[in-house]
Amino acid sequence: MSEPRTEVKRTAAAVGAPRGAGSKTPKQGKTMLGAEAVIASLEAEGVDTVFGYPGGQAIKLYDALYDSQQINHILARHEQGAVHMADGYARSTGKPGVAIVTSGPGATNTVTGIATAYMDSVPLVVITGQVPRAVIGTDSFQESDIVGITMPVVKHSFLLQSTDELTRTIREAFHIAVTGRPGPVLIDVPSDLAGATMVFEYPDEVNLPSYKPTYRGNAKQIRAACKLIEASKRPLLYVGGGVVSSDASAELEALSNLMQIPVVTTLMGKGGVAASHPLNLGAVGMHGAKYSNLAMTECDLLIACGARFSDRVTGRLSEFAPFAQVIHIDIDPAEIGKVREAQVPIVGDLKGVLAGMVDQLQKDGARPADSEWLERIGKWRERYPFYHPNVGDASDEIVPEVVLKRLSEKLDPRSSVVTTEVGQHQMWAHQFIDREVGRSFLSSGGLGTMGFGFPAAIGAAVANPEKTVVCIAGDGSFQMNSQEMATAAINDVNVKVLILDNRCLGMVHQWQKLFYDKRYSQTLLEPVPDFVKLAEAYGWQGRRIENPAEVDEALDEMLAAKGPYLLDVAISREQNVYPMVAPGAALDDVMGAIDVAVGAVRTDMPAGAQQPPTVSPCAQLDAQFGGRWEFNPDDVGQRMDRKLAEAAGLAQKTGPEVAAEGGDE
Amino acid sequence: MYHVLSVLVENKPGVLSRVTGLISRRGFNIESLSVGPTEDPTLSRVTAIVVADDVAYEQITKQLHKLISVHKITDLTNDNAIDRELVLYKVNAAAERRNEIIEIANIFRAKIVDVGRNSLTIEATGDATKLKGLEDLLRAYGIKETVRTGTIAMSRSSKD
Repeated sequence: MSEPRTEVKRTAAAVGAPRGAGSKTPKQGKTMLGAEAVIASLEAEGVDTVFGYPGGQAIKLYDALYDSQQINHILARHEQGAVHMADGYARSTGKPGVAIVTSGPGATNTVTGIATAYMDSVPLVVITGQVPRAVIGTDSFQESDIVGITMPVVKHSFLLQSTDELTRTIREAFHIAVTGRPGPVLIDVPSDLAGATMVFEYPDEVNLPSYKPTYRGNAKQIRAACKLIEASKRPLLYVGGGVVSSDASAELEALSNLMQIPVVTTLMGKGGVAASHPLNLGAVGMHGAKYSNLAMTECDLLIACGARFSDRVTGRLSEFAPFAQVIHIDIDPAEIGKVREAQVPIVGDLKGVLAGMVDQLQKDGARPADSEWLERIGKWRERYPFYHPNVGDASDEIVPEVVLKRLSEKLDPRSSVVTTEVGQHQMWAHQFIDREVGRSFLSSGGLGTMGFGFPAAIGAAVANPEKTVVCIAGDGSFQMNSQEMATAAINDVNVKVLILDNRCLGMVHQWQKLFYDKRYSQTLLEPVPDFVKLAEAYGWQGRRIENPAEVDEALDEMLAAKGPYLLDVAISREQNVYPMVAPGAALDDVMGAIDVAVGAVRTDMPAGAQQPPTVSPCAQLDAQFGGRWEFNPDDVGQRMDRKLAEAAGLAQKTGPEVAAEGGDE
Repeated sequence: MYHVLSVLVENKPGVLSRVTGLISRRGFNIESLSVGPTEDPTLSRVTAIVVADDVAYEQITKQLHKLISVHKITDLTNDNAIDRELVLYKVNAAAERRNEIIEIANIFRAKIVDVGRNSLTIEATGDATKLKGLEDLLRAYGIKETVRTGTIAMSRSSKD
């Protein structure tokens, strides 16, 4: 295992320093137009790629860009796509993503992309053209108050008022975007300033007295945290996107190894801990593994690392981790105590804090708790796998779980990036795509933006031309930004799109099936376009498969293909994502988890469940759930009483005093 | 729970909107608001009164701290602060009752700033308790219009 001590000092100044030559570019001191100074500033920041879309008020910026030797511009086909591409670039590299668009509709089209980046703490610098200062506020052509519109979803924004503050503003924007809790920063550039003459002086330092993010964790708090860890019998590391942003994987694994602490990861934390790490339990939450959710519920110490207790992770809050004390480490003080009170709050950079904890524990000569906790988790893990071949018995349909498992096996986790759209396929990807390193799994976790994954994959592929980039999509999500197929084709971006095509909005369809009495209101997408013909129309290669026997060979063909490739995989509309914690239910109240102790069938069915018909396993399951919901139409989400269920032998007891083995159904 | 928030911010366009937008976005109503420049012309002070429980209040202040434009936040809810508000009342005042009203105003060290045929306009400053006392008495005559500046507050100097 790698030693955690990699960098000595991480401070805002160190993290936020220009990645390029800063003031030492040849353009320093030259007289130029404002637009040229914007491009020169980007060069000084070390920007190599910009995503964007020109327009009337951005034309001067684009004219200046025309001469740049350093910056490669990727022309998207929609501004939303451009921002998601910049986002994918940023998530896959850790460098800030940059997008340039025009005023008015160009600017408003970026809003979803900016909000997506904001929710997932992704560093972006978005430069919008604006109408000339003299006509701002007069409803002039293609004018929109983009600073006002984006205010709730940016980390900070600037409306440029003078060329005197141009270079300082851009320096500050990059500094703010990448330091502390990263986030998107918007700079609105009126076109008269872009056309004004100025002397280019790029600053290397920033002076922001009101912005001093805390990087070093408080030593006293770190000692207090270590005390709790040493005393804990059932500790658990709950790892979010912060581990990726902070590049703290080595430190986290060191802590986990030293104290033998199991790890659960959120969607954003995926890859932050290697899937192959023996203590990594993987996905937790609404569609997480039953063993992860049980571990969360049963632990006596929860160490939240750069995670924010999202409702998709906690389930019903009043029953979330009821036995646990909480150590919460986050660089954003506002996240600590927002959802769950923390006994030991630590504000700071995860990398340094975790390294400090490892040091302290070693100094204390701390020993892991006895193996009882890990043994219990191990038993849960054997008993409740995500998937079991027996559950996917004789079927002439392609099973999505199997497709993604096969894909995961075929990808080299260190030289591939997987992106997802949002919906069922995203959850299956979370469950079945194994990742070994951070920044290799990109998904819109917070905002849940359909249409994110495909342009993000283009951004990631542009940033990592040597890696295989696969976007796992649904037929609904893919249609939200499919115009970017042109961007991929024209720039010869090596991106693969795998559509799990169920001809419906699968996740909403699933909820309608389970909670809305099978009233499939507006979720059936047929007729869906012929994706293979669409691929051909854009100059892509494409293929559709409907037979399980074709899966392996089709995946190989996709991964071996040169250039963009679309694989349309037909799956049944009746496939549902399990396990599932019903919205508003407690986290350990898991429906549809496979239980090998009772013959590898999905379990925890409510009273009145029908005997499943002998069709595909998921259809069996739906029949069982269907029975449940029809059994009591007023039951719209609450599970049956836990105690009654246990008494009737319909649910496994999960209390800390009950041994985990033995099929009691 | 009533909180007086004193927020030192950059004196720049749009900053007030960031502050108030953040408070309202998290679901809280601003009871009173007052803004003005400080001794440092690059800084403004926003004094806002919000009603929120302690957990929510903590979240509001933490979120406000995250705004790049916010320099400092002080809670001036406690007894160690002076808070003042200026109010204008336009009160019904027939000629025969004018003296009574002027007398009440004098007791509260309020000023008569305008006189009409049937009304008096009274300017009063003070903390919330004093102004409420005055307002309760004036209500008997009929208040036609009230305009308030919003509370401003300052911490008291140390006593030793």
